[in-house]
Amino acid sequence: MLAKRIIPCLDIKNGETVKGTNFVNLRSAGDPVELGRAYSEQGADELVYLDITASHEGRKTFTDLVQRVAANINIPFTVGGGINELCDVDRMLNAGADKISINSAAIRRPELIDEIANSFGSQVCVVAIDAKLTENGWKCYLNGGRLETERGLFEWAKEACDRGAGEILFTSMNHDGVKAGFADEALAQLSDELSIPVIASGGAGKKEHFRDTFINGKSDAALAASVFHFGEISIPELKQYLHSEGINVRI
Amino acid sequence: MKVAIVDYNAGNIYSVVHALKRLGIDPVLTNSAEELSKADRVIFPGQGHARTTMTSLKEHRLDEIIKGLKQPVLGICVGQQLMCRHSEEGDVDCVGIFDVDVKRFCPTRHDEKVPCMGWNDIRNTKTALFCGFDKPEFVYFVHSYYVPTCQWTIAESDYIQPYSAALHKDNFYATQFHPEKSGSVGERILKNFLNNNDIEKGL
Repeated sequence: MLAKRIIPCLDIKNGETVKGTNFVNLRSAGDPVELGRAYSEQGADELVYLDITASHEGRKTFTDLVQRVAANINIPFTVGGGINELCDVDRMLNAGADKISINSAAIRRPELIDEIANSFGSQVCVVAIDAKLTENGWKCYLNGGRLETERGLFEWAKEACDRGAGEILFTSMNHDGVKAGFADEALAQLSDELSIPVIASGGAGKKEHFRDTFINGKSDAALAASVFHFGEISIPELKQYLHSEGINVRI
Repeated sequence: MKVAIVDYNAGNIYSVVHALKRLGIDPVLTNSAEELSKADRVIFPGQGHARTTMTSLKEHRLDEIIKGLKQPVLGICVGQQLMCRHSEEGDVDCVGIFDVDVKRFCPTRHDEKVPCMGWNDIRNTKTALFCGFDKPEFVYFVHSYYVPTCQWTIAESDYIQPYSAALHKDNFYATQFHPEKSGSVGERILKNFLNNNDIEKGL
């Protein structure tokens, strides 16, 4: 049986790892390659490197860093931020990334998902969705949470899946940085509606939140940043805890 | 030691290159029959669509060249699938080293998602490739098609049903999972392939 995955996310700005609360107030959290290697040795199942300012500033992503990560780390990693067209995907994969995640670019031009799936296979295409629960339900946001769209979370996730996405990485903007747990209700609905894996993101504060998202949220993987970067939760302890709770994890 | 990686239109060959470099090996990427035949070890990686990758192989007669190799060969992922007789992916005849057909996963429940992506454990490991393995270990898989268990199975995994996580016949070894992405367990497998003397003997 497939193990539930624990994925530290490294938000990158100017080559450094940063993590903010609700997408603002960034604090530095160290060298991305060293941090990634440390996580890998501690038992992280995958890593995600997101160039968080790329989309906003129209910057191209960080090929040099990706090459260094690929050379030094022996577990799969995903890169995102600033991937707008097929040639960006090609460059990232050639630099050694295993998967790419697309967010704003996919909402602006959904055909990009089909193009990536057809050219490189669904397995490389993670569609990341930032969504917020509003008065009108879950709405998707662009540009790292700066711009609201008319697209609803569930219909967009379904379309992404139908177009060939390999995974959905759903970040709840309501939960992100608050450390009160993942958006398990929405996650469970996504998992029920989609035929591809769902990665929970936003809200991890303690070990129990991971258990809850794997059980109640039906998540296939859980992503977190600051709780790992600042040592609030250690990955070996987290995995031992999940194992003791009867969840299948790689130890 | 000279290690050659079969260079054709397959995705993410560089992760194999990096994994070998971490083990102190500087591999050559080549589609030349001469270069491949001179190597001590040949790695046949793969990621992509079976029909597309098979077409690329045939363009350079690599299907025949690979089949004729005498030194230890390690197929990875689609590399393993292309070493079989036929694949359902694109309904294509493959290299035919392993006389078994590649099937698509047919989920029976909603939570059995395809592609099968992530860490799964392998068990009943055999041959020098898994030297030192005495319990199930987790390795990293990404695939929608699988090789059923058969007489060449040297490691089993379980997703929807039991299937072949690795195959062996003579000098040919193959894994469905990605040793180059499987952390320290994957490194042990690659080291076995490169350094274990029994691999030379096809054991």
